[in-house]
Amino acid sequence: MLKTQELQLNIGPQHPSTHGVFRLIATIDGETVIDLKPVFGYLHRNHEQIAEVSTYIQIMPFTDRLDYFNSMANNFGYALAVEKLAGIEVPQRANYIRVLMAELTRILNHAAAIGFMLNDMGAWQTPLAFGMREREKILDLFEMASGARMMCNYFRFGGIWRDLPPEFLPQLQGLMQGLPTFFDEFERLLKQNEILLGRSVDVGILPKEVAASYSVTGPMLRASGIAYDLRRADGYSVYPELDFDIPVGAVGDVYDRFLVRLAEMRESYRILQQVIERLPETTGGHINPAMASMNKQKSLRPPPGDAYGRVESPKGELGFYLVSDGSDTPYRYKVRAPSFINLTPLGDMCRGHTVADVVVILGSIDIVMGEVDR
Amino acid sequence: MASWSTDDLKAALARDLPGVLAAYLPPQLSAPAEPRKKGAQAPVDLLSTQDALIHPHCIADVARYLRDTHSYTLLTNLTAVDYLRDNVIELVYHFARVDGGVLTVKTRVPREAPTLPSLAPTWPGADFQEREAYDLYGVIFQGHQNLRRIYMWDEFEGFPMRKDFPKQGDKYIGEGE
Amino acid sequence: MTPLDVDQLELEKQGILLSTVNRFYNWGRRSSIWPMAFGLACCAIEMMATGLSRYDLARFGAEMFRASPRQADLMIVAGTVTKKMAPQVVRLYNQMPEPRYVISMGNCATSGGPFRDGYNVLRGIDLLVPVDVYIPGCPPRPEALLHALMTLQAQIDAQKLGRMRWYGKAEAHDYAVPTFGAQGLEIDGQLIDPVGGLPLLSPLKGPNQGAARTGLIEHPQELRRFPIMDESVMLESPTQAAGIAPEIAANDLKRRNDAEVPRG
Repeated sequence: MLKTQELQLNIGPQHPSTHGVFRLIATIDGETVIDLKPVFGYLHRNHEQIAEVSTYIQIMPFTDRLDYFNSMANNFGYALAVEKLAGIEVPQRANYIRVLMAELTRILNHAAAIGFMLNDMGAWQTPLAFGMREREKILDLFEMASGARMMCNYFRFGGIWRDLPPEFLPQLQGLMQGLPTFFDEFERLLKQNEILLGRSVDVGILPKEVAASYSVTGPMLRASGIAYDLRRADGYSVYPELDFDIPVGAVGDVYDRFLVRLAEMRESYRILQQVIERLPETTGGHINPAMASMNKQKSLRPPPGDAYGRVESPKGELGFYLVSDGSDTPYRYKVRAPSFINLTPLGDMCRGHTVADVVVILGSIDIVMGEVDR
Repeated sequence: MASWSTDDLKAALARDLPGVLAAYLPPQLSAPAEPRKKGAQAPVDLLSTQDALIHPHCIADVARYLRDTHSYTLLTNLTAVDYLRDNVIELVYHFARVDGGVLTVKTRVPREAPTLPSLAPTWPGADFQEREAYDLYGVIFQGHQNLRRIYMWDEFEGFPMRKDFPKQGDKYIGEGE
Repeated sequence: MTPLDVDQLELEKQGILLSTVNRFYNWGRRSSIWPMAFGLACCAIEMMATGLSRYDLARFGAEMFRASPRQADLMIVAGTVTKKMAPQVVRLYNQMPEPRYVISMGNCATSGGPFRDGYNVLRGIDLLVPVDVYIPGCPPRPEALLHALMTLQAQIDAQKLGRMRWYGKAEAHDYAVPTFGAQGLEIDGQLIDPVGGLPLLSPLKGPNQGAARTGLIEHPQELRRFPIMDESVMLESPTQAAGIAPEIAANDLKRRNDAEVPRG
């Protein structure tokens, strides 16, 4: 047996494959990774502390910037937590529009996430361009509804900022017509692709029990074979009325995560179809009349106590833990960020693989540093 | 089995792990020395809670009990809250089941010596979350293998999320002057 | 049209191009600005969107995102610079070859933006490296980034080849890389940006700014103007700093005087 020397390899924080400012310290033996330590904090921008001096509605735009791909999903989680804390009802129509936005976000996120993962495998930019093409179409819709492309700030306590403009649904229908073609195209290009299979099958396996002990959530946990989806488990908003399946993987490797994301896009498409169908018949306005005025939103003072609200964001369980002391700013505001906790098993998953696989495994976790570091 | 409510949890803890639950007695609030200003609120007793409050040294037992006996397999959330006025740091644990349902377990440690057992050896999902609580609040988890700063750099001194950490900035002007 | 332009058009019809070395050289440089693939936060997503098919940064010759600072001309600081990341940003800037340019993309990079009051957030990258173009917005739209790139191209057009610092004998100097201290960022052991406090240094002047003041630029009227914050600025008169538009200088002086009034 040839004797080799261990070597420390530093990846990041400025590295094209670390999805932002993230650093990995890998101990390698030849090409094999023995140990891997992530280093965080390069985007620690103190969201939680700033929230402690901001009023409840002022925090809403900050949640946009947590996971900056999915501002709508973040808004959703925060609005749910505050509504739970303050006991605010949401009308049916607002709930349907919320779900519509959240599912569009899921398609957008997964399209981009698969693109970025393929970037890491060496398919530089081309699959990403396909994913980002769909993203731009969805962002146009977001802009139409909320006025902003990325940072939508669309949700309010008790509903949403404004009802959908009349041009929204026709354009959404146009998008919906194109989406199945996009899914098929993506699948045809990638699913049986020799390189993708070679790079992802049996790479970064996360067994069922291990995944649960690491508190992993979202597509990662489902790829490991546990059908844990808060849309089903918690049944928040109007998800209990909607018909959808929870795709589950078998092995829990990178390829399974890729397949789960592909399947989830199709499920989101199914949900969108049902929402669009029911939207004209929904009752109630876009916001709870008691909370409709901006002053009500600004001067919200939830009763003392705490609440933990969570949603299934495209990356996993996004939770907000709020402590109120009866004033107009939260006493404590904590974000349970899915990509932060999904990173915990990274070292275990990478052990024994090559350095080139590390970036692929990292890509399959689908992290966003704004959420990891907050 | 349906998911539990807070009372179910308290009853189960009292039955299966006697001596774990801690009692909280609200302090006898003395009348404010000076008359309250107009619009000022009455002081709120932030520490009163309906959730299960346990002794800090029991947290590992409770966590293992919830996971092994009642299949609350996910340690969803772990966070610290600094109650400066009451001189307490509260640790809040959220346990979740795969078929839905969250349980909240709280425990309290004094601010000067915030020490309690770590869950990371048996529950690797707690690893980063405990490091975060250490970095920002200075809570020391005994038994954690790698309890180092996670966000701030290693040389940094102080715990920035504590309520008495110095703050200076546009948003803080007028506060504490 | 000047007679010279008419002559030139006539020559171009014959297939002869006339230009100055300056213009030709700057044309080459402005048309191949290679940015560094350097995403920090949210703005990086918009930066990527700008590079991709819909907005197509390639129209400006700037689509070659280089992973290595050694191959890059332009650093787009896209996102919040935290105190933990600041040393790396300065180090990357130092590693870029001259001439190098910096676009500060978004509010966070410019001033800290919405996260300005965070204890770990740097209040603007211009505290540590000189910035050529600022883009407001949170995040700026891709069109805004394209506009910033065109602004940078206009700045490059105005530069005089023979007199730029980096083509002369003057040595390029590195900017001081901060280190991590117990209280915050330090340079040479001096605390410059405490955690939880206000920064103890003022923004840097861009290299072009210095060149404008010393008359080294062909078309100074096309240059970006930004207020000079440091105390060492040369003043032509009590109300006018040398090389700055009078209204900006007046504003700058006013602001400086205002700052002396204690708050509250």
